[in-house]
Amino acid sequence: MNLNSDSARATLPDRAEQAARLIRATKWDEFIIENAVRLSGMSAILIIGLIFFFLLREGAPTFLDIPLRQLGGSRWYPIEGLWGLAPLLYGSILVTLGATVIAVPLGLTTAVYLGEFAPAWQRELFKPLIELLAGIPSIVLGFLGWVTLAPLVMRLGAPTGLTAFTGSLLLAYMALPTIISITEDALYAVPREYRDGALALGATQWQMVWRVALPAARSGIVIAIMLGIGRAIGETMAVMMVTGNAANIPELGLGAFFQPVRTMTATIAAEMGEVAQGSMHYHVLFGVGIVLFLITFAINSLATKLVGAGGRRRGGGML
Amino acid sequence: MVNFYRGRRAATPRLPDDSGKRSPLRALLFLLALLILLPGCRAARDADQTGAGLDRAIQNKGSDTLVNLALAWAEAYREIEPTISIAVTGGGSGTGIASLLNGTVDLANSSRDISENEKATAASLGIDIREYVVAIDALAVIVHLDNPVEELTLAQIADIYAGRITNWREVGGWDAPIILLSRETNSGTHVYFLEEVLRGGDRQNKDIFAPQTLLMPSSVGITSELRRNRNAIGYEGLGYVDLSHEKVVRVAATAAGPYVPPSVATAASGEYPIARELYIYTAGEPTGEIARYLEWVLSPVGQAIVADLGFVPIVNGAFNEFEQ
Repeated sequence: MNLNSDSARATLPDRAEQAARLIRATKWDEFIIENAVRLSGMSAILIIGLIFFFLLREGAPTFLDIPLRQLGGSRWYPIEGLWGLAPLLYGSILVTLGATVIAVPLGLTTAVYLGEFAPAWQRELFKPLIELLAGIPSIVLGFLGWVTLAPLVMRLGAPTGLTAFTGSLLLAYMALPTIISITEDALYAVPREYRDGALALGATQWQMVWRVALPAARSGIVIAIMLGIGRAIGETMAVMMVTGNAANIPELGLGAFFQPVRTMTATIAAEMGEVAQGSMHYHVLFGVGIVLFLITFAINSLATKLVGAGGRRRGGGML
Repeated sequence: MVNFYRGRRAATPRLPDDSGKRSPLRALLFLLALLILLPGCRAARDADQTGAGLDRAIQNKGSDTLVNLALAWAEAYREIEPTISIAVTGGGSGTGIASLLNGTVDLANSSRDISENEKATAASLGIDIREYVVAIDALAVIVHLDNPVEELTLAQIADIYAGRITNWREVGGWDAPIILLSRETNSGTHVYFLEEVLRGGDRQNKDIFAPQTLLMPSSVGITSELRRNRNAIGYEGLGYVDLSHEKVVRVAATAAGPYVPPSVATAASGEYPIARELYIYTAGEPTGEIARYLEWVLSPVGQAIVADLGFVPIVNGAFNEFEQ
């Protein structure tokens, strides 16, 4: 008895000391981790701010020194001082529009099949494969498109294989993994009770998917589409290889897709190497970058707005 | 994409135990060690390069027309001077001259002469640009092998590229739209073609390429499109033409003729109308290894390689100095 209490008295201060040491160590650890996290978070904001500032500073002379009427012109020929941005805007919009029209229905139906109808083994097999597609470097896809897709498009009756449509096909292929993967995730996040409730009320599988699961996953699907479009409009190398890069404004209509176009990204990539720093051409290329930035910014804000509205109505967003 | 939803397994909070206590510190030490060691690696490598004096690379960049010739020169020179390596890259004449002005290369290859803008930039940077004519190149106008058109005048070629002639029928071919192929605007070949063919050497002429012209980022882009598109027309340095895959058009300076096929002989004699000088530019008077290399390029041995690759050698290999 006596012996026992003695030993207890001896170990108690030890334990207290051990605990104190532990707390000290934890505090020290936490201090480092907390500050490291804070630092990386702030550096991200700082870097974005600096990039934005640099872009504005280098691109500003475009909008200050060149009359707007000239920037809106229909001819882009920088070595003669013709700075019409219209063909570049037209090219980017045409190629992205085509890619969206192809990729969105394909991507959504694939995601719905994988998420709602496919047996588990297919889902387990296809989902990683689709995600792997996203990892193929765009230059490799561009080369494939140039060698195999362009002759096919020419066989369809286009005057050349290097057209907006060829670019759209490639970009659709690149946007697909993003759209499928995120849509499928959004569908997966729809609570089981919703489905069970719908099925219990006598809905068929398809009615449940169309009336319950898809609307419930709406915000995630909107994000999937927007990210897909974002990937398409910002893509450079593949597009440069297959769209022909003619700064042309084809007549509006379906035929426009089968004409060569020049996108903003390809213009920056093709011409950045040649320009002398500080020349007007250099500033205008940054100006094109600003326009591109504004477009992606608008797409992202639109996505946020759509998702926000959907989330409030349902009392809690999915993402 | 990341799976946001599936990893919902609740994370059990872990209390720090004795074994894990020192690991952040260890990681920190490791990072510190890396920080100290990494610059060390670099210093050692630098010392290898300069200290032993083994390899010194001459940086040579610019015209894609000249890139094969420059590579052939570099390879041949390697056998004469094994200690000197010459790094050759393409990218276009404009790219080469811009790099020379930015100080990243020693020699800039160019298929056009330096522009007024570039001269002004050089002057403002205090760089004294020297120009050397290293070869002469004939520009071949090429069409698909099946195309029945055999000959064109300079005026017809200008009309085609300016978009005034849009159908092959108008120049004696079949009834089909003409697909125009050209290099990008940073290519010296593009600028030469614009000034000497499209505008006929007339400085007052402000014609430019038709907007539907396909601008290819490389020479290979032009030839590969030309091989699969029967209605395409392109232009390319004679050294790049492969007669088994593309057809060369005979060109006449005036409608009266004569129509001359491009070749080393016709370009050297001046009969073929679309021939130009190819240049190497240096920043300031070249010295040491660079001067010796340039001298070798202009020597009979270097000029023999020019002829081998289908370009026209310089008959009189004197250094042409460029007046500011």
